[in-house]
Amino acid sequence: MTKPIKTLAVASAVATALAAHAAQAESHEGANEKCYGIALAGQNDCAAGPGTTCAGTASVDYQGNSWMLVPAGTCEGVAWEKIIPGGRDGSLEALDRDVPA
Amino acid sequence: MFDAQPKSLPPSPGVGFKPQHYGDILVDPGAVTWLEVHAENYMGDGGRPIAQLRALADRFPISVHGVGLSIGGEDPLDRAHLARLRHLIDWLAPTSFSEHLAWSSHGGAFFNDLLPLPYTDATLASVADHINEVQDALGRRMLLENPSTYLDFDETSWLETEFFAQLVRRTDCGLLLDVNNVFVACTNRGEDPYSYIDAFPIEAVGEIHLGGHDAQQDEHGAPLLIDSHGTEVIDPVWALYAHTLRRTGPMATLIEWDNDVPDWPTLEAEATRAARVLAEGVA
Amino acid sequence: MNRFAPALLDPAAAVPAGLSDARGRSAKRRFDVYRNNVIVSLTEALETGFPVIEKLVGAEFFRAMAGVFVRSHPPVSPVLTMYGADLPAFLEQFEPVAHLPFLADVARLELALREAYHAADARPIAPDALTHPGLMEARIRLAPATRLVASPYPICAIWRANSEAGAPPARGGAETVLVTRPDWDPWPRPVSPDVARFIAALAAGQPFGAALAAAGDALDLSAVLTLLLDTKSITAIEVPT
Repeated sequence: MTKPIKTLAVASAVATALAAHAAQAESHEGANEKCYGIALAGQNDCAAGPGTTCAGTASVDYQGNSWMLVPAGTCEGVAWEKIIPGGRDGSLEALDRDVPA
Repeated sequence: MFDAQPKSLPPSPGVGFKPQHYGDILVDPGAVTWLEVHAENYMGDGGRPIAQLRALADRFPISVHGVGLSIGGEDPLDRAHLARLRHLIDWLAPTSFSEHLAWSSHGGAFFNDLLPLPYTDATLASVADHINEVQDALGRRMLLENPSTYLDFDETSWLETEFFAQLVRRTDCGLLLDVNNVFVACTNRGEDPYSYIDAFPIEAVGEIHLGGHDAQQDEHGAPLLIDSHGTEVIDPVWALYAHTLRRTGPMATLIEWDNDVPDWPTLEAEATRAARVLAEGVA
Repeated sequence: MNRFAPALLDPAAAVPAGLSDARGRSAKRRFDVYRNNVIVSLTEALETGFPVIEKLVGAEFFRAMAGVFVRSHPPVSPVLTMYGADLPAFLEQFEPVAHLPFLADVARLELALREAYHAADARPIAPDALTHPGLMEARIRLAPATRLVASPYPICAIWRANSEAGAPPARGGAETVLVTRPDWDPWPRPVSPDVARFIAALAAGQPFGAALAAAGDALDLSAVLTLLLDTKSITAIEVPT
């Protein structure tokens, strides 16, 4: 596009946007969707942990044979065979086979 | 030394503010007359946390309670963190600022826990220097809180109550007396919490904390109480609080509930109970 | 503290010398209270910051993985608001999730949402300001909360499927996500590549006309301007004098 024609196209797009935005503002819809239903919790506090877990003393060696956990729940929200090229069937059993046990 | 007429929190109940209670507090604060926030949760640039704090500060006296200065640490104070704190204190102008006799950073790592220190001549000098540096940087007197501790250092040569008395003498700081921490630490050491309260430099106290704790045992079968802030205050701590009030007179009293945060009526009921104990102390 | 601190992060380390209970006996369980506090509190900070990652791998796996991360990447600042900025890079290297290559970018999106949540407030322009005759040469200042996250995976769809009740399972290919914060709540939405190029060019400080050129002729300019106005993302139009 030549510069004047482009400027004209931009002016037209701006006018369209202003009208669309005005309509949106009137209906109070669209942009008010919430990500955090309540405020994101603060992450600093001065309390101790519950003290009943052994998270501070558990072995954390995930190399070799001691990492027994596998990710669970992955199949709940992701049809991940559809998003990873060559992805496998999204069953938990299928996941199990991929993780060094 | 800093304020000719120091501002102080009202001699009545407050609670630690949790964002999920924001709406309830504005509608009906009940017995709650002031709020405490953790400084480090309000060091972002803006957004809802800062906006909520601004709105609450229009309605309530605010106490800023730091958890990250590492005043009891061996490392120099984190200047960048002190500057963030200064910024918060400057715009919010809170009624009170307090921190802990503890360390939480070492060698560049932050551990997010209030860790214990030995009470020696060397740590006394270092903590006093840090308190002076904080008070100078903030241009105000701070309150220093007694810790919940779980073990002892062989090299400790000062009683904790004497250590606090020395700090007050050397820095003119105020003290935050956490009655639950007294109960927890004294039980963990096999000592009498009432004797601790009686030996504490009470004239410097500007605020009291109450909270819940967990009860466990160590490998020797000795009681091991943990300052979890996840339950109601237990009756023996309420009794110790009543004893404390007889020494301090009416005093700003905070309910801390940080884990398994309950609904607002449950938290407010704890504040109401504190108000009742405060009233009985005056009667 | 030189002995105390390293032993906090190393569960195999002995209790540091010079610590005991009040009767001079061993203090193993007592020291473990501190170890536990450090790991649990930092793990909880990560759970708060990465709820979708936690959902994707499950709570038990997340806690175990967080234990590894916390010990190798303890916070360097007492402000935990942005703790976990290194988690995406960690996920790319963490072998037990190697078969879930989308996790790192989902974590980047969660970080962007958290940054947006805490970003500085800014007043949006009056929409009419866009009609300025010098618009093509003007620089458009975007709200500080504005973020773009690009991925070869449908990360916004994954995020929605694990954040919103009734959202469909995620599928599809590459997505670039625009994060805005119209009021207090961050809002992620996928945008087309040309919209992403346009907004990235504006964010980089290029003049409006140059950003249009970067986006290419297929850009639906009225749609992207409507989006930026609706999300209160334009905070200033700086026309060179």
